[in-house]
Amino acid sequence: MVNAVLAVDVREVCESVPDPELPFITVGDLGIVRDVIVDHAGHVEVVVTPTYSGCPATEVIRDDIVAALRAHGHTDVHVRTVLAPAWTTDWITPAGLEKLAANGIAPPSSRSDDAHIVDVSIGVRCPKCGSTNTKVVSRFGATPCMAMHRCADCLEPFDQVKPH
Amino acid sequence: MIANDSAGTTDSMARALFTYTLRLGDDALILAQRLSEWASRAPEIEEDIALTNIALDLLGQARALLDYAGTLEGAGRDEDDLAYLRSEREFTNVHLVEQENGDFAHTIARQLFFSTYQLALYEELISSRDELLAGVAAKGVKEAAYHNDHATQWTIRLGDGTDESHRRMQAAVDRLWPFTAELFEADDVDRALAAQGIGVDPSTLNARWALSIAEVLSSATLTPPQTTWSSHGGRRGVHTEGFGYLLAEMQYLHRSHPDAKW
Repeated sequence: MVNAVLAVDVREVCESVPDPELPFITVGDLGIVRDVIVDHAGHVEVVVTPTYSGCPATEVIRDDIVAALRAHGHTDVHVRTVLAPAWTTDWITPAGLEKLAANGIAPPSSRSDDAHIVDVSIGVRCPKCGSTNTKVVSRFGATPCMAMHRCADCLEPFDQVKPH
Repeated sequence: MIANDSAGTTDSMARALFTYTLRLGDDALILAQRLSEWASRAPEIEEDIALTNIALDLLGQARALLDYAGTLEGAGRDEDDLAYLRSEREFTNVHLVEQENGDFAHTIARQLFFSTYQLALYEELISSRDELLAGVAAKGVKEAAYHNDHATQWTIRLGDGTDESHRRMQAAVDRLWPFTAELFEADDVDRALAAQGIGVDPSTLNARWALSIAEVLSSATLTPPQTTWSSHGGRRGVHTEGFGYLLAEMQYLHRSHPDAKW
């Protein structure tokens, strides 16, 4: 038996949990929350998927979801991690993409199924000045989901959520 | 004879799947450990971050695989028990991943050889009938593509670089080449699982790997090694000298403080 009405509320609470590494964006914006199931006994099961296999934020997110639901009166909560289907940057919501850009992080520049890896010759738009005269410094950044770039016009370094 | 006893067959398939999953997990775990030795020691900050990011991806894959292996075994061992409380002879990783980091060129050659293999493996394993293996592969294939791209770019930059970088990159390729044949060695476990659509027979990946490596070496102006000997035994728990030292460092904390938690 599934309580669909309650599941909508519970889903809202889960999705509003901030990402521990990018606190201006929520796990809902990132598309990490895959499913929320509430049965009539009030047991809540939340299904999440990691962005990268080794992303250390995954465990923190799990704990944060449990804490947020507890604060809303749900004490019987189980968070399950599933690997398939694999997370893709395509699941970041339009609101999430805007929040990234507003916080100085370039959103993923192409849809992930175009190629595994974006061509380095294509300049990623600088989130500070808007120039596309930018260079990849490294495909690997401060978190598993980021790449490092530098703008040749305003000279600022910036992160990009790499297409994945 | 009870050769057709279905319970017995199921049991032997479960053991084969445990062995297979453990092998994939051990490869990822040990390479993650080697790469993490670069933390704070890489030639530049971007590389420090890149190599440890790759280590983190591999560690994530290893954790999922070892956790699953523990479940399959059904003896109550979890991912930590399998990583920290097995001895050298119980690890089933290939020799390539346990080879010392050497200079940066050696680490890049090891990365090139392994990531090209792992990318091909995961591309096939995505279609596994086993949900967990397919899930690890679906996530891992995207990560392996970035690892492979990283190693390819560096191999070309170093090989087709200065005289000194070329000399070192060639030496690294020559030194690690004998450890690549083992990646494609198939035994009964691999063949049984491949026949069931669960695992991948690694010997079927060899041609694709050789083609890809030949292209990269050619772009890097490097000479394909002509070495004839090759190193074997990792899948049976026989390892090279450096492996014991790696395990000592990796397992020390857990063995000194059993069940320590952060």
